[in-house]
Amino acid sequence: MITLIRRPNPSRFWSYATPVAAVIATMIAGGLLFALLGKHPVEAIRVIFYEPLFGENAAYFRGQLLVKAGPLVLIACGLAVGFRAGIWNIGAEGQYIMGALASAWLALHMYPAESHWLFPAMIVLGAIGGLLWAMIPALLKVWFGTSEILVSLMLVYVAENLLAYMAFGPLKNPEGYGFPGSRNLQDYPSAHNAELIAGTGLHWGVVAALVAVIFTYILMHRHIMGFRIRVAGEAPRAARFAGVVPARLVMISLGFAGALAGLAGMFEVSGPAGQITDSFNVGYGFTAIIVAFLGRLHPVGILLAGLLMALTYIGGDMAQLTLGLPSAAIQVFQGMLLFFLLGFDVLTNFRVRLGRRAVA
Amino acid sequence: MIIGGIDIIGLIAILMSASTPVLLAATGELVAEKSGVLNLGVEGMMIMGAVAGFAAAVATGNPVLGFLGGAIAGALMATLFAVITQIFLSNQVASGLALTLFGLGLSALIGKGYEGVRPPPTAKIDFGPLSDIPVLGRIVFSHDWMVYLSLLLVVVVWIVLRYTRVGLVLRAVGESHDAAHALGYRVVAVRFAALAFGGALAGLGGAYLSLVRVPQWTEGMTAGAGWIALAIVVFASWRPWRVLLGAYMFGGITALQLQLQAAGYAIPVHILSMAPYVITIVVLVILSAIHRHGVQAAPASLGKSFHASS
Repeated sequence: MITLIRRPNPSRFWSYATPVAAVIATMIAGGLLFALLGKHPVEAIRVIFYEPLFGENAAYFRGQLLVKAGPLVLIACGLAVGFRAGIWNIGAEGQYIMGALASAWLALHMYPAESHWLFPAMIVLGAIGGLLWAMIPALLKVWFGTSEILVSLMLVYVAENLLAYMAFGPLKNPEGYGFPGSRNLQDYPSAHNAELIAGTGLHWGVVAALVAVIFTYILMHRHIMGFRIRVAGEAPRAARFAGVVPARLVMISLGFAGALAGLAGMFEVSGPAGQITDSFNVGYGFTAIIVAFLGRLHPVGILLAGLLMALTYIGGDMAQLTLGLPSAAIQVFQGMLLFFLLGFDVLTNFRVRLGRRAVA
Repeated sequence: MIIGGIDIIGLIAILMSASTPVLLAATGELVAEKSGVLNLGVEGMMIMGAVAGFAAAVATGNPVLGFLGGAIAGALMATLFAVITQIFLSNQVASGLALTLFGLGLSALIGKGYEGVRPPPTAKIDFGPLSDIPVLGRIVFSHDWMVYLSLLLVVVVWIVLRYTRVGLVLRAVGESHDAAHALGYRVVAVRFAALAFGGALAGLGGAYLSLVRVPQWTEGMTAGAGWIALAIVVFASWRPWRVLLGAYMFGGITALQLQLQAAGYAIPVHILSMAPYVITIVVLVILSAIHRHGVQAAPASLGKSFHASS
C-alpha cells in the first residue's frame, strides 16, 4: 500500500526536478503516441527537439524560436502573477487579441502618415487594449464576486468574434480586392515591428519579454507587492490580517496580465503576423498557461519554459514537414506536458511511503 | 406564428435541440460539483465525446453506438482528471485547464480523417398522430430520442440527489469531505464515480453536437459549449431544475441568434455570434450579485483537495 504524507514544507529538490521529470515523461509518452501514428518515436523526438537547434536548416529555425517564445514568455509572466495570488485569468487569448486590435486600429487609422511616434503609441495602445479587456473580469469579480475564470474565458470568444468582424468589416484592407484581412503593417515602415538583427528573430516583442521577466522578478521576489501576492495565494486569511486588500490584488494581477498579453498581441500583429485576419490568434494565450506552470510561476523558469515550448512549436512544424506528423500531435504533446507536470507535483508537497501509515 | 420574420414555434422546437448538448454537459458537471470537485475540463471532455462519438457512429453505422462511444470517451477523460486530482492531489483548476487543452489537441488529432464525412442520421421518434397536434406537436413531439433522454436524465439526477441514500452520501462528500470520511464513506471512490458520470454526460453532449446538431466533425466544434455548461451550473445554484432552465435559456438565445442570421437582419454575423457569450456573462453577473449577500449555494468542499491525514 502506498501512502502520501504531507511535507511540512514543499521540497526544494522536487520543485526543481518535477519540470524536468515531466518533460522526460512527456517525451516517452509522446514517443508512444508518435509510434501509434506510425512514426519512428526516437526519430520524431529528435526532429522536434534537436533538428531546429542543431540540424541542417537550424539557422532559419533558431530565429523562429525567439519569434514564438516572445509572446509566450510575455503572456506567461503576467499570468504567473495572478496564479500566485489564486486569481485565475484564463482569458489571455482574448486580451492578446484586443491588444492587437487596438494597436492595429491606430496604425490603420494613421496610414500612410509616417512618424517616429506611431510605434511607441501603438505599444501603449496595445497594453491598454489588453488591460481594459482584463478589467472586465476584474471589476465584475470585485463588484459582484463573479467568477473571473468563466468571465475571462467567455470574453475570449467575444474577442474572437470581434476580431473576425473587424477583419471582414471596419479594418478590411480597402485595396485588398475583397479579401478579408487588414492592410499588412509589414509594408508600413512606421508601424512595422521589424527584426532588430536580421535572421535572429529578435524583434521588439522579444526585448519586451525579457524586460517583463526582469520586471516580474523584481515585483514578485524583491518587492512588498510580490510578497503580498504570494501570501494572498498561499494563506488568504493571513493576508487579510496583514492588511492586504483582495480587491486591489485582483485588479493589479488581472490588469498586469492583461497589459502584457495586449503587448504580446501588439508586437505580433505589427511584426510576424503583419495583419489583422480572422485567424490571427493561434492559441498563445492558452499555451502560455502551460508555460507559466512549467516555469513554476517563476519568471526565470518561465523564460526557459517559453523557449522549450517554442521549440515544440517549431519542432512540430518541422516534423510535419519531414515526417508528416499531424500538427495536432504537438497540441496533444503540450497538453500531456501539463498533465505530467501537475501529476508529478505531488512529490513536491508529499512524501511517498510504501507500507501502511501508522495510526496516530 | 411569425413575428419579425422569425417563426416562434419553430424557434421553440429548435431551442430544445440546440440546448441538449449544454444541458447534458451541465447536468453531468452538476453531479461532479455536488461531490465537491470542480472539473473545468468540460470543454475537453465534450470535444472528445464529439470526436469519439462521431468515429464510433461512422465505423459502426449506428448512431446509438456513436453516443455510447462519446459517453465512454468523456468518462475516460474524466477518470484521467480524477487520477490527477484525487490520487495525485493536484490543483483542480489547473488540472481542468490541462484536460481541456489536452482534449482539444487529441480530438483534432483523432478527427483528421473524419473531416467532410457525414455521420449516419439519428432518426426522430415517430409519435404518429401526436406530432400533428397544432403548436404542441411541433414543440414537444418532433425530436430525436436524445432530447428526451437528456430531459429524463435531469429528472433522474434530481430524484437521486434529493431522495436517495446515494444522493445523500454524494452531497455529504461535497459539503464536508472530512466529516464524510470520518463517517466511513469513501470520499475518493465517490468522487471518482461522480466525475466519471459527469464525463459520460459531457461526452454524450459532445456526441450530440457532432452527430445531430451540426452534423459533421470540425476541429474545435464545441466552441465554448463546455464553458457555458460550467456557467449554467453556477447560474443554477447547483439545482437540477434550474440547470434545465439555464440550458434552455441559453439554447433559446443560440437558436434566436441563428434565426436572426437566417432572417437576414442587418446585424453582422460576428456580432450576433457574440450574443450567447455576452449574455452568459450578464447572467453570471446578475446571479453573483444576488448571491453575494445571500446563502452560499456552492457545495462547501468545492475545489478543495482531500487528503485523509489532514
